[in-house]
Amino acid sequence: MMPQAFHDAKLLWLFGGVLFLLYVATLIGRWAKQRRKGEASRATVENVNARIRAWWKMCAIFAAAILLGRIGSLVLFGLISFLALREYMTLVPTRRGDHRTLFWSFFVIMPLQYCLIGLQWYVFFTILVPSLVFVFVPTSIAIAGDTASFLERAAKIQSGIMVCAYCLSYAPALLMLSIPGYEGRDARLLLYLVIVDQMSGVLQFVWDKLIGKNKIAWRVSPHKTWEGSFGGVLSATALGTALWWATPFTPLQSAGMAFTICVLGFCGSLVICAIKRDIGIKDFGMVIERHGGILDRIDSLCFAAPIFFQLVRYYFVP
Amino acid sequence: MNGGVHPFASLLAAVARGITGVQVQWAGCEPDEKQRIYFANHTSHLDFVVLWSALPSDLRAHTRPVAAQDYWESSAVRRYVVTNVFNAVLVQRGAMAQAKTPEEARFAARALIEQMAAALGEQYSLILFPEGTRGNGEKVGEFRAGLYYLALRRPDVELVPAYLENMNRILPKGEVLPVPMLSLLTFGKPIQVEQGEEKEAFLERAREAVGSLRRIGSA
Repeated sequence: MMPQAFHDAKLLWLFGGVLFLLYVATLIGRWAKQRRKGEASRATVENVNARIRAWWKMCAIFAAAILLGRIGSLVLFGLISFLALREYMTLVPTRRGDHRTLFWSFFVIMPLQYCLIGLQWYVFFTILVPSLVFVFVPTSIAIAGDTASFLERAAKIQSGIMVCAYCLSYAPALLMLSIPGYEGRDARLLLYLVIVDQMSGVLQFVWDKLIGKNKIAWRVSPHKTWEGSFGGVLSATALGTALWWATPFTPLQSAGMAFTICVLGFCGSLVICAIKRDIGIKDFGMVIERHGGILDRIDSLCFAAPIFFQLVRYYFVP
Repeated sequence: MNGGVHPFASLLAAVARGITGVQVQWAGCEPDEKQRIYFANHTSHLDFVVLWSALPSDLRAHTRPVAAQDYWESSAVRRYVVTNVFNAVLVQRGAMAQAKTPEEARFAARALIEQMAAALGEQYSLILFPEGTRGNGEKVGEFRAGLYYLALRRPDVELVPAYLENMNRILPKGEVLPVPMLSLLTFGKPIQVEQGEEKEAFLERAREAVGSLRRIGSA
């Protein structure tokens, strides 16, 4: 399995490009840190540097996943799901009566979701969470017998599993698609999704800083502006279009796909921001700093992955 | 054997740290060779193991938990874990409450304090949960008097408050399967019995010293 990745020159180009970008970004980050002035700009620089560090880690994980092939990717994404769900459940208030439901979420539902992808059992993996788990969670809470804020608790756990396990699992599921003329090249598609999604986040951040004026929802996220979001989505779409050679898409199709990924990613980070505000996680996020932040990095990916997968499957898999 | 630590204890500690992802903060003191009594809130069976595992490994060999005899001697596995693996000090809880006369109660209390003082000896530190039982995590319960009398009996030993957060969500009372949420452990500033301080006042102060280390508001 391992040599396959090495024989794929375009994949190596794509990955090499990412490493090069990251290296440049790290250098710029260091330079900016040295000539930082003022508390506000220092905070911005620190924020960016933290992101860059996280991407290096993500890159390492990705490289490992690609080298290990399909199973490796599944295991690694499963691990990310686990950490994200752990972060989410820690932050979202639950009650004593949720204990067993939570145990099942971590140790049965989530592993099962990834196993089904590994088995390429398409129908089961797409319906497991929306239909079966949707019924299982409230039932199991009801059996525990505590009805205080019942609906709220059920919804919180369902959303957690949905976002952290189900949605994210669509990313490695890209590797089970068999696109004619693109066999064994699926890793590129996964990398394409992640690059466009992450770059969209960065570019939105950059455009926000450069020309951002009109806030979208300052109560939810004080930084997100209409100008920044448009700029970010459009420039990341341009980047995605320029990467068409690594995908089974034509440049125009690639533009459409990248645009979809960017818009959905935007929705994802806005929604996760709103959840964080709701549970007052900003402070908590600082408290658990060492473990925190995984959800912040993958929020946009979680929202973009399922639709991207379905679009590719609908249009490119006969 | 690792400096007197049972290998199984190190294993359990590693597992507990993995499950709880515990983040340790020494907010009021640093890890030290000094003899100490760590006293903390109690909501889960994981409490002791996690607190113990948060200590540097050279201190672990000299740190013993204080555990309730009635609970931990009720089965062979429990007894093995607590006495052989963790070298715990097993105490009889509620002996004073069960005593029929004040005389008996005083006698039982003195025996208990002497037992813990002896367990401290010249080199050991203790981990104590002065609530005496596992709470639901909402607030720190009333402290039993043992901490006060032990502090008077051994004024040379430092009293270090600690707060364990989220343990009740990871492994609450009555459950055997843990949910791997994240947790926090904060060590506070050592306290001592002030000159002429009454039992109730000291116990309340100690309880507040533990409760004030809480970093996240109640759910």
